[in-house]
Amino acid sequence: MRRLKEFVLQKIVLLCGVASILFVALIFLFLVKEGLNVFKAVSPSHFLLGRSWYPISEPAQFGILPLILGSLLVTAGATVISVAIGVACAVYIAEVARPAVRETLKVGIELLAAIPSIVLGFIGMVTLVPWVKKIFHLPTGLTALSGSIMLAFMAMPTIVSIAEDALHAVPRSYKEGAYALGATRWQTIHRVILRAASPGIAAAVMLGIGRVIGETMAVMMITGNAAVIPHGILQPVRTLTATIAGEMGEAAVGSEHYYALFAIGTLLFVISFGINVTADLLLHKRRS
Amino acid sequence: MRNPRRTEKIAFFFLFLATALIVLPVGLIVVSIVRKGLPAISWQFLTDIPREGMRGGGILPAIVGTLYLVLGAIVFALPIGLFAAIYLSEYAKDNVLTRIIKLAIVNLAGVPSVVYGLFGLALFVVFFRFGASILSGSLTLGIMVLPIIITASREALESVPQAFREVSLSLGASKWQTIRHVVLPNGISGILTGTILGLGRAAGETAPILFTVAAFYHPQLPRSIFDQAMALPYHLYVISTQVPNVGDKMRYGTALVLLGLVLIMNSVALVVRFRFRKRHRW
Repeated sequence: MRRLKEFVLQKIVLLCGVASILFVALIFLFLVKEGLNVFKAVSPSHFLLGRSWYPISEPAQFGILPLILGSLLVTAGATVISVAIGVACAVYIAEVARPAVRETLKVGIELLAAIPSIVLGFIGMVTLVPWVKKIFHLPTGLTALSGSIMLAFMAMPTIVSIAEDALHAVPRSYKEGAYALGATRWQTIHRVILRAASPGIAAAVMLGIGRVIGETMAVMMITGNAAVIPHGILQPVRTLTATIAGEMGEAAVGSEHYYALFAIGTLLFVISFGINVTADLLLHKRRS
Repeated sequence: MRNPRRTEKIAFFFLFLATALIVLPVGLIVVSIVRKGLPAISWQFLTDIPREGMRGGGILPAIVGTLYLVLGAIVFALPIGLFAAIYLSEYAKDNVLTRIIKLAIVNLAGVPSVVYGLFGLALFVVFFRFGASILSGSLTLGIMVLPIIITASREALESVPQAFREVSLSLGASKWQTIRHVVLPNGISGILTGTILGLGRAAGETAPILFTVAAFYHPQLPRSIFDQAMALPYHLYVISTQVPNVGDKMRYGTALVLLGLVLIMNSVALVVRFRFRKRHRW
């Protein structure tokens, strides 16, 4: 009897263990199942490289190139800002700050990670957007730049905490060796520690980018949502995520528009899958 | 020749500057929401339904909706997450299957929130015919917070010393008795921390509930899990972008209630973790 109970429990535990695989597979399956239908209406190359996104006009046009470029532009801007500041902050927390300061800063970073994206979007809308409009004398502050700044903030907790872990994992002996050779703390940091931690930092950057590409609400509220090919960072753009969030409410289940939005979701899933697998490999390399 | 001491000072100054650039705005954001939101908070604001086209009245249906959703998500995700953590920490061998499970968890954590929304729409709303309902929304949020619960619980269970298990097994306890009476009680704080963090995440997300449950305006409390419901994050989105001329007071007030809810959960998690660290030193 007892053995039977053990056996059943073990199977339940195993089942829950593999549930994660099941869910990832289910997500992919349902996205693809719905998304592939769009190719009855438009060819894959027209879908990915088409320059016009007019999903509800007659005839409808489903070219997502402007959306891809919008996502890329906002992400590139956010990456530039968040990587420089995020990695510097991680170095400060891991190597420079005193222990008491370090703990306080970590709580601050966790606080930022905890703020819901809709709240950050709201604050961005009422503060950042008017500033951008005023500083650059623009007709509207709802631009790719505003989105980049806001998204940089959302990527920073990810980048800082993972990069800090990577810096911590550098063996003490490396540091002591550098000090013994007469290096200053800064020389040790940028010639020894940063180099030793570089795979982990690269993973941190990748996961930060993953966070930025997938971010939806804040970006929808402050980038202006103009589905046109962007010509600069001071123009309104629309991202892949914002398109789904903004239009799915109006798309009828089973319509071409509905399928097109699922195809965009599939693309986002594939991008995030690629980023996560690569980052995981980088982190794994560090450990072995 | 360059002076290495001076270079170090300049470098450290820039590192400090970068840190301040992150931490100061966070402080400013929180302070400004509290300062502008606090005047809106009143008994009426918290317990009344929205009135005057959401420009007045209260936000009770949104608060209740969010509580239902979060509760539903945890009821679904905690058992699965906990068992998955037990599997990884107590049963899994270092093989390909374990590697794939870990990779799946990492990927689940990285899926964009709006993609969860699509998935929930396709699977729960349309395929299972649950419709836009609390059930669909809770299940979608539950899958989203699963990786948070698994990761935190697994770390908690793995931090229980191996010797505890060996003693229990040597006394004749079975594997499951050891897990149930030795490993779980010693890892409970970490599991609790992970669960609360998951709750906070579920409470704050908007994109996954957009098409699975959220109602634009639904001025009554939900009666069953098949009802649509309002939710705090979506309500904030609606009154700040969809409805014109909503006063600052309403918007900041809603933002403050949502932020407060999430931050309280995170603080509780922080305290649990801190007390746990102090109590257990093995």
